[in-house]
Amino acid sequence: MFAEIGYGIIVVAFIVALYSVGAAIYGERTKSPAVVESARRAMLLLWPLISLAAGTLIYLLITNHFEVSFVYEVTSREMPTYLKITAWWGGQAGSLVFWSWLMSAFASLVTLRKWERDREFLPWVIVVTALTTAFFLSLVVFYENPFARFWQTTGGQIVTSMFAPSASAVAYFPSDGNGLNPLLRHPGMIIHPPMLYLGFVSFVIPYAFAIAALITGRTDDRWIRITRRWTLIAWLFLSFGLVLGGRWAYDVLGWGGFWGWDPVEIAALMPWLTGTAFLHSVMIQEKRGLLKQWNMILIILTYSLVIFGTFLTRTGVLSSVHAFAQSSIGPVFFVFIGFTFITSLALLIYRWPDLRGETEMKSLLSREALFLLNNLLFMSVLVICFWGVVFPIVSQLFTGQTVTVGPPFYDRATAPLFAALMFLMGIAPLSTWKRSTVGTIGRVLWKSAAAALVITIILFFTYTQNIIALVGFYLIALVLLVTLYEFWRAAWARSKAAKENVAVALWNLFGRDRRRYGGYIIHISMMLMAVGILGINAFQIQTQGTLALNNSLTLGNYSIKYESIAQFTAADNRQVTRAVVNVYDKNGSYLGQLYPRIDYYPDAQQNMTIPGERPTLQDDLYVLLVDWQPASANGATFKIFVNPLINWLWIGSLVFFVGIIIAAWPDRDPEYASVRWRARRAEQTSAAD
Amino acid sequence: MNETAKAAPRRSVPLWVQIIIWALLVGLLAVVAFGLNRSQQGQVQPGANIPNFSMPLFSGYELNGKTQFDLADYRGKVVMINFWASWCKPCEQEAADLEGAWQYYNGTGKVVFIGADYVDTEPEARAYLQKFGITFANGPDLGTKVSQLFRIKGVPETYFIDQNGMLKYAQIGPFSSVDEIKAVLDPLLKQQQ
Amino acid sequence: MNRILRFALYALAFGIVLAGFWAATAHAQSPTPTDDEVNRIAHQLYCPVCENTPLDVCPTEACRQWRDLIRQQLSEGWTEAQIKQYFVQQYGVRVLAEPPASGLNWLVYVLPPLIILAGAFLLFRAMRGWIKPPAASALSPLSSSPNGRGMSEGEDAPKDEYVARLEEELKKRK
Repeated sequence: MFAEIGYGIIVVAFIVALYSVGAAIYGERTKSPAVVESARRAMLLLWPLISLAAGTLIYLLITNHFEVSFVYEVTSREMPTYLKITAWWGGQAGSLVFWSWLMSAFASLVTLRKWERDREFLPWVIVVTALTTAFFLSLVVFYENPFARFWQTTGGQIVTSMFAPSASAVAYFPSDGNGLNPLLRHPGMIIHPPMLYLGFVSFVIPYAFAIAALITGRTDDRWIRITRRWTLIAWLFLSFGLVLGGRWAYDVLGWGGFWGWDPVEIAALMPWLTGTAFLHSVMIQEKRGLLKQWNMILIILTYSLVIFGTFLTRTGVLSSVHAFAQSSIGPVFFVFIGFTFITSLALLIYRWPDLRGETEMKSLLSREALFLLNNLLFMSVLVICFWGVVFPIVSQLFTGQTVTVGPPFYDRATAPLFAALMFLMGIAPLSTWKRSTVGTIGRVLWKSAAAALVITIILFFTYTQNIIALVGFYLIALVLLVTLYEFWRAAWARSKAAKENVAVALWNLFGRDRRRYGGYIIHISMMLMAVGILGINAFQIQTQGTLALNNSLTLGNYSIKYESIAQFTAADNRQVTRAVVNVYDKNGSYLGQLYPRIDYYPDAQQNMTIPGERPTLQDDLYVLLVDWQPASANGATFKIFVNPLINWLWIGSLVFFVGIIIAAWPDRDPEYASVRWRARRAEQTSAAD
Repeated sequence: MNETAKAAPRRSVPLWVQIIIWALLVGLLAVVAFGLNRSQQGQVQPGANIPNFSMPLFSGYELNGKTQFDLADYRGKVVMINFWASWCKPCEQEAADLEGAWQYYNGTGKVVFIGADYVDTEPEARAYLQKFGITFANGPDLGTKVSQLFRIKGVPETYFIDQNGMLKYAQIGPFSSVDEIKAVLDPLLKQQQ
Repeated sequence: MNRILRFALYALAFGIVLAGFWAATAHAQSPTPTDDEVNRIAHQLYCPVCENTPLDVCPTEACRQWRDLIRQQLSEGWTEAQIKQYFVQQYGVRVLAEPPASGLNWLVYVLPPLIILAGAFLLFRAMRGWIKPPAASALSPLSSSPNGRGMSEGEDAPKDEYVARLEEELKKRK
């Protein structure tokens, strides 16, 4: 009953989306605003419709309707209700509904905005967003239907289909479901996918406007101004999705790290790289009218990478022998990415001459030149990532050989590029639009550079002699100092000019250009994260040993003593093997207890190794219970990591959040704000005279 | 790649740049299509001709005294190749049945059984073979070459190649009885006699 | 003389035995290599059957067997390179974290730097083309910005160059 309703609504939503596309194109061609308005309303109808279908699906999930095959696959009776809800995006079919739901939400939000000044964009923005939504809905309707049910034919066979395969078939009700993959039962996994999806999905908005600009030929920077905040929000979600994914890996996967250069991770990183490049280069277009062509390329590339990454990870192209995740959506998804790439590229080439900028540059050290360099570096990292992900497929094609392109490759190739990016982050805030020289930058840079050197020398004597790490620390210190100096210099100058208190001046600066100073805070947060990344990469130490009760294992400044172990069944029916270890520092003073454990999920027949962690600002003690056999008396095997400085990564991500909130905080209508400011400025000048 | 065109901002994109860009895009799509096709096509399907391949054999599990198995040497016989591994639980279900079937056909001289040990360690593999009393030829699938040839998706999988080197039947997952194996092999043996 | 010769002979024999003993101890590893020694090598190898999991952290039974194999090989005195070689031969090159630089695999290492260098070259060439000699625009440095978005607010000459620049930059943001 509910399954039919849910499926019916999805089908209706699919038809509505197609209607919206058709009506928008027809209305645009015939210049009839009424038809476009009808397309817009159809677009607005999508979100409520998909919400309704999603509500039905959630109802089926929480009420144990195991005759629905998706419910059977991702839930079980034992699971608590909140997990049954999040199981919505725990499997392919459900997550496609989830994706469509988010997509329609963003599309509705953007169609609700005031369109007076941008009437010509409206139909095309509707076409792009509705078409994309329709595509994802079509996957649900035709290929991965979360409402499909089990049927038993007269021959006793169980088949999965939406409707009874034959008149004699009867619905089949399994008594319990498979249960959600234990890896996905962690709180980090509950919010990580929605964040990533939000990031992915929201990039469709700037892309849609870019395509609209290309089709209509209105290629000034209007589309960029409209989508500026959307881009920031997309980037916020994507960044947060990546960080949460890292945190999840760190807490759940039990390999002592947060990033393994897995193709799936890289697929999410690639749009982030181009998106970040875009955020920077867009400023050049806004301030200097340059690089219209390049920005168009970047946003198209970003969205293409979003779609491409989704395609790679969802269709099993990147999977290995043991991934049984066969999916039938591959071919149709391939057609969709082919269509997206080819139309975007064709439009871009067609409009290329119209995108000319008034390109003029006065210095290779001007801010626009440095931003271009920044773009080059981001693109270089992208090239490395892209090639690393695609090469195994190429190798398979030409030599029939399966190869792994793993962390050593990426670490070696990207580290110098990230270092160069950090250096740029250090000098770019000191440069000016149009006219920096070595002299102007050097005059302000040398103090920070010298102070950073002093810090590095202190670190050399007190912390590490590792040259690569010291270079990293130098760059981090440089960027932090320069950025703080920029805050100080601007606040101080303003306080002198406007006769304000320095703190008030700082506050007002934030108000004046949130994006710039929010951006600087993001730079600071990136450096804090860099401290953590550098720490774990340069200084991680680990050991493993089998301990008898009351024996100890020492690593770095810590030693752990195996106190006891217990096995019990938790409320959600997982079987927990939990060890108690005491932690001592190297002088033998007691620091606390950790509880590394192994969770066994009987419904999924899978083990999870959950570490015990002792986080400090200095390092993170990370203890894993690797092995324990109840029968054997020779103790338990522990693996311990000391991950120096790693917690700065998570601290940095919180600062990042603050920075991006400042940068993306909605202004009042920009034109209005600048008029108001001009008025105030005039007042001030006259008062000063 | 796209930057190429940036050098000439005042004209439309030169034709040669357009050609390069389109070629790159088509190339990328072709590679992706290939990868997709590979991930979708699954195992080798019955009806396919299996090219010759060779595989070393464990000592003690040779075939007719040879330490290497070459498919080409066994034209005219039915070849059954079974992929297994010592860490594979479902393989254990069918191990005794496979050996039973081998005992049944061994005397006829018309059938060859080959066990291909898929990514495994030799000591464990030997322990497994001993535990289930396997006597037919077995060897390691070095470098996963043979399993890639059959594009196996997991273990156990069993393939039956007829007297002409054509794949006739593929069993995905374990057999549950000797009779099941016989039901596959008997028609193949009748085929040419 | 005879005594000295005999002493030398003894010394030589003792030396040879000592050297042999030393060589023997150097050759034979400690009887059971520690977990850390095993993990150090396992970390550089990938589990042949799981997706993108290094062998040292892979929790499956098969991976435990492979770690035991490494332990056994270490105790037999195999070097790291030999063990890796063995794994490649047994399970294919996919067990290596990076493809060996031979044949088509060269492309992994060669192509990205080439593309990056090409990009850098193009960017540099483009920028050089954009740079106008400063003399051409030095006459009106402030009003030459595109789209007329320069300083046209009609304010007094700025007192402090930095404040002026800052104000200008902040203001141009619409």
